[in-house]
Amino acid sequence: MSLVLHFAVRRWASFADPVLLPAVLALNGIGLAMIRRIDFAYADRGRDTSFGEVQIVWSLLGAALAVAVILLLRDYRLLRRFTYTAGVLGLVGLVLPLMPVIGTQINGARIWITVFGRSLQPAEFAKIAFVIFFAGYLVSNRDTLALAGPKVLGMRFPRPRDMGPLALVWVAAMMVQIYERDLGTSLLLFGIFVAMLYVATERLSWVIVGMGMFAAGAVLAGTLFSHVGSRYTAWLHALDPEVYRSGASEQLVRGLFGMASGGLFGTGWGEGRPDLVPYAESDFIVSSLGEELGLTGLMAILTLYVIIVQRAMRTAIGVRHGFGKLLAAGLGFAIALQVFIVVGGVTRVIPLTGLTTPFLAYGGSSMLANWVIVGLLLRISDQARRPEEVRA
Amino acid sequence: MNEPVRRLSVVVLVMFLALMSAASYIQVISAGDLNQDPRNVRTLYREYGTFRGPIVVDGESVVWSQSVDSPFNFQRTYADGPLYASVTGYYSIVFGRTAIEQTENELLAGTADSLFWTRLGNLASGETQRGASVELTLSAAIQEAAAAALGDNTGAVVALDPATGEVLAMVTSPTYDPALLASHSSAEVNANYQELLAQEDGPLVNRAIAGDTYPPGSTFKLIVSAAALEAGYEADSELYAPDELPLPQSSNVLGNYGGAACSDDERQTLADALRISCNTAFANLGMTLGWGVIERKAKEFGWGEQLSIPLAVTPSRLPENPDRAQTAMASIGQYDDRATPLQMAMVAAGIANDGVLMSPYLVDQVRDASLRLIEDSEPEEFSSPMTTADANTLTEMMVGVVESGSATSAQIPGVRVAGKTGTAETGTDERPHAWFVGFAPAEDPVIAIAVLVENGGSTDGEITGGRVAAPIARSVIEAALTERAGG
Repeated sequence: MSLVLHFAVRRWASFADPVLLPAVLALNGIGLAMIRRIDFAYADRGRDTSFGEVQIVWSLLGAALAVAVILLLRDYRLLRRFTYTAGVLGLVGLVLPLMPVIGTQINGARIWITVFGRSLQPAEFAKIAFVIFFAGYLVSNRDTLALAGPKVLGMRFPRPRDMGPLALVWVAAMMVQIYERDLGTSLLLFGIFVAMLYVATERLSWVIVGMGMFAAGAVLAGTLFSHVGSRYTAWLHALDPEVYRSGASEQLVRGLFGMASGGLFGTGWGEGRPDLVPYAESDFIVSSLGEELGLTGLMAILTLYVIIVQRAMRTAIGVRHGFGKLLAAGLGFAIALQVFIVVGGVTRVIPLTGLTTPFLAYGGSSMLANWVIVGLLLRISDQARRPEEVRA
Repeated sequence: MNEPVRRLSVVVLVMFLALMSAASYIQVISAGDLNQDPRNVRTLYREYGTFRGPIVVDGESVVWSQSVDSPFNFQRTYADGPLYASVTGYYSIVFGRTAIEQTENELLAGTADSLFWTRLGNLASGETQRGASVELTLSAAIQEAAAAALGDNTGAVVALDPATGEVLAMVTSPTYDPALLASHSSAEVNANYQELLAQEDGPLVNRAIAGDTYPPGSTFKLIVSAAALEAGYEADSELYAPDELPLPQSSNVLGNYGGAACSDDERQTLADALRISCNTAFANLGMTLGWGVIERKAKEFGWGEQLSIPLAVTPSRLPENPDRAQTAMASIGQYDDRATPLQMAMVAAGIANDGVLMSPYLVDQVRDASLRLIEDSEPEEFSSPMTTADANTLTEMMVGVVESGSATSAQIPGVRVAGKTGTAETGTDERPHAWFVGFAPAEDPVIAIAVLVENGGSTDGEITGGRVAAPIARSVIEAALTERAGG
């Protein structure tokens, strides 16, 4: 599979970043091995699962999708034409789970839709659509957003009427958090937007305003809605016996136990008990890996992500078009933020949310969406690194 | 726009550094606390999931860990579970451990300090940690004979090697199968445990060392005899042996079992009094000697001692400051005298070993997984309650008990068996407990034994201890003699 991918990239995107693909494949491979291993652990306990097999299919589909992106999208700049289409698609994707009939609530979060008996997380795809939309929108409007506005304390703050888009995304993010009960997606979308806004305008003030708004919104949601509030309690007082007994932090704490038992070098493949943590194959795959591969293995995995993200950032710097810069930086940051939200949730850096770890965790939507991101990044980097005369 | 992208990548780096530090904190710094958290079932799985060493009797494993396909990896397996349950105990995921499984847990689990070098070697060679094997002093043949002889009776048999203190057999009845509690299904274990608890005859109780202590009855006359010999009496010293002995400061009169007379002329030698177990003679002798002398002798034989063999043994008790009437009763093993079967076996062993009592012990050797010797038990002297001469005198008196006294049913052709029966009244309307305490062969003892049959006596006479308990002892002694001859 990796060989086919490699040749496909060489053939159709010969100047693409050479580090990106191996790093992604490594992560995907580790994830597959872990999921298969957890299948065995479940089987030992009489629970028949085939997460591993399913995940292999998703991985192949994802990789094929990445190749398709590279093949069909010969020039990423085409995407700019679909700025608003992407925006609408993203919104639709976000709202789909709220629709009757196809919207499905699983484990308290309403972020799934059921199509042909398979549950999908449209938000994963909406993420990409939004990055394309943000990139297109911001590259057109960056000058207005950057230059106008009153100066306060030496910083130029945006004019209220230019706050519109930010406010809109903020509202969307809050809606996600409240109605779909998914703090992760909301944080992810809003974070991507603020980051891209900053890249586009080079204005720190946007970041400050944005983070302030999100923090205010999050606190408000936490006080007003019990399901959001309990997430916060579970995060802050995870080991408190009362919180644990109520079940609010049980999964989190079990994950911590797993990681702790892994220690520095881990128990080794197949030697740990990752199956003791609920959702060890998806949300908590990081704690499973931490248990069996130890801190050393976890560091290596995080480093792989850093490499991927930094290659995306490098692509953004190398690419000549503003749209390409924003797109690459946005996609790279999307991966970084998603990893941060999930792993941060498991390691108690931030409250636990239900996002999947890109390339590692079990889940079709995430696998497909992230491979699409890889395809886009490969295409952009190919164009960024292609010598000028050939490109003409 | 390149500058903000660079800054953004720095932000990303900081984010990942935060993740890495959080992971380091969890996996290294607070790992100890998290691993010790009682809610962490992994700790349980780890302990129960390691290869636990076997418990060995006569070179064969009677308890071992079988590799199985379950979260615990290993199933504790008990061959002849009910036979050895009193010694091995059980190893349960729900109720923990008992007996040897508990006292030798660190060795069996491989975590003991003495296994440090073994663990280091395993680490270097990459082998997984394996527990040590614990070899018991028990003899399979004697243990089996004791269990078979005791049969369905409620009671206990303890056999010691008088020369070393090795416990050769420890049987309690009724017993249970530890496998019932070693299952990996909590529900099943719970149900089985409740069922065992609900049984009135208490199969989980080890009557040999930790059940209710029992009134020793006439077997206590051995202690009084030892005290008398030390005080200058001899086997043919004449004692006052009336048909009925009025007890001082009370209107009660002490008689003999079944109202029988001890002798025609109310005079009887010490040896004869022991042979037919004359109550009035010993009660009077006890009052003459005084309780202090008897108490000291009993303590030298182990009364009041909290023994650990390494199973915890309930201390045997004596009355405190009895008056003369109470002293008379206590001198024939009634009133507040209480003893475990192990204690009575120790009395026999002390007399058998020329007056030197060896500390009883159950663990012979401990070997690590590569069969290297980790611990080797050395026999230890517990006390010297009697001089060699006195011990020999008492031995001859006990031989008389078996040859022509109350314990003739313990006779073995061609072997001089020394013994003493007992029929202990329980103070209620229930039938008395039947005892036999003895050793053989008298000149060079290989086994000292105590047999207790709860409510096994009948009220019709001293002969009951001899009728119920002595034959059981005889079977066990025969097994020991056969084994000694064969080995």
